[in-house]
Amino acid sequence: MTRMDDLKKRTVTAPDGEVFTVDPMKEYFCDKRPEVQEPAHPLLEKFFNWARSNSLWVLGWGTGCGSIELPPLTTPRFDMFRYGVQMRPTPRQAGVFIISGYLAVKTLKRVIRAYEQMQGPKYIIALGSCTINGGMYYDSFNTINRLDHYIPVDVYITGCMPRPEAILSGFVELKKRIRAGKAEGANDYAERFDWYKANQKKVIKGWDMPDYNW
Amino acid sequence: MELTLTSRILYSLLGLFIVFNYGLLQSGVMRKIVARVAGRYGIPVYQSYFDIIKNLAKRSQITHGIMFYLGPIFRLGGGIGLFLFMPMIFGSIYFKNFSFTGDIVLLMYFQFFGMLGMALGAGEAGHPNSTIGISRGLAQFTTVEISFTLAIIAIAIQYQTLSVYNIVAAQQGGILHWTLFQNPVATLAGMLSFLGIMRHAPFNVVMAPQEIPIGPPTEYHSTYLGMLQSNRAILHIVESALFMNLFFGGATNWIEFIVKTFFIYFTTVFVGVVFPRYRVDQSVAWFVKVPLVIGVLGVIYATYIN
Repeated sequence: MTRMDDLKKRTVTAPDGEVFTVDPMKEYFCDKRPEVQEPAHPLLEKFFNWARSNSLWVLGWGTGCGSIELPPLTTPRFDMFRYGVQMRPTPRQAGVFIISGYLAVKTLKRVIRAYEQMQGPKYIIALGSCTINGGMYYDSFNTINRLDHYIPVDVYITGCMPRPEAILSGFVELKKRIRAGKAEGANDYAERFDWYKANQKKVIKGWDMPDYNW
Repeated sequence: MELTLTSRILYSLLGLFIVFNYGLLQSGVMRKIVARVAGRYGIPVYQSYFDIIKNLAKRSQITHGIMFYLGPIFRLGGGIGLFLFMPMIFGSIYFKNFSFTGDIVLLMYFQFFGMLGMALGAGEAGHPNSTIGISRGLAQFTTVEISFTLAIIAIAIQYQTLSVYNIVAAQQGGILHWTLFQNPVATLAGMLSFLGIMRHAPFNVVMAPQEIPIGPPTEYHSTYLGMLQSNRAILHIVESALFMNLFFGGATNWIEFIVKTFFIYFTTVFVGVVFPRYRVDQSVAWFVKVPLVIGVLGVIYATYIN
């Protein structure tokens, strides 16, 4: 069975003899476009943003070589916990996605799926020069050059590699953005969904996953 | 003086409010202690408030069906039920809640009730990590319950009652009247099973992010997760209060309550900081070998020696 057949509708016989049909595209995935989620009343939203900025849950997934700079953040020397930054192992619970360094097209697919499964408001921090212009991989055949053509980025941190201090300062910048109410990446993604999807499909050859993943 | 039903409900809600806030702050303090042991500065003690508000303020959430939706409600129901039927402050007509004769059986039921509701809910999420986490959690908790039940049987034989209020009453009159000194064997069995009930470090593989991210709540997010966090804050305090009532003479005012529950909770954190994590098969074997045997000895002690 190839990858594509996996997602096709089929009839399955259970061990106890019961026969039923499975339609993976319908049952495992959502068939709805992402929608713009309106902020609450401005005063309430200000309070929420204050809480959001003090509780940043990072998806614990390193997408590139930059992720080697993330573990030191949990150590006594840098200690990101004092800024209210914590690691979460599942995209459902995480609010911040750190794209750490170069992004291979193969990884981009997984990044898109993980990002779409996160619940809004969600933020993206792009780490290292590779996410800005491709960095040292600018002419590689299988890495993307500019990340915000594919998913909305809130904060870029330059460097190759950025030191843990730089990442901490990136968190502080993200907090400022959230408090100012400017970190609306999830809504931007929903508004310009077609543009983002077209860009994604341009680089991902043989698109074999559902368009909507939440 | 007897309170009317309305005022009993209102005082119970006040008690719940106190316990909820105390639980949130206490978990912050404990995490700070753990961080200091690790040489870190650690989170602010009020971090739990931010986390809960953040989760409740998430703009989107998805559901996998009615049981998925009910899972956290059952869990929170278990925590609040445990609170409602336990006397918090001994001798106070305001904070004895709805305790009655034989309530300890109901309290033990409520301990399992939340976990079972969560099992049904997390099962419907369909995520393999949830299902694995649930089966591991229930396997471990079942062995914990056995030794805990033996400790309670020992106490029930010793004091000839199944009411938490009467058990506390029997321990009044000085520190040597506590179950800790009256039946140290049962206390030891109870406190060892307490480590499993609180699921702190040696026994927290069920919820550990590093093992199977992150067990039962894998698919729970937004307000579901906010609810689970609220339950955690309440549950930690109420479980500590249960052990305070059973083994450490109960509390006659809120200051005593806070001091005692803090140190009871602290024992699990202390053990968690010192000892590394067990695998589930190891912890199940440990609970069957050590606290279970001590629990049987506790029952023998209560029956023949005391």
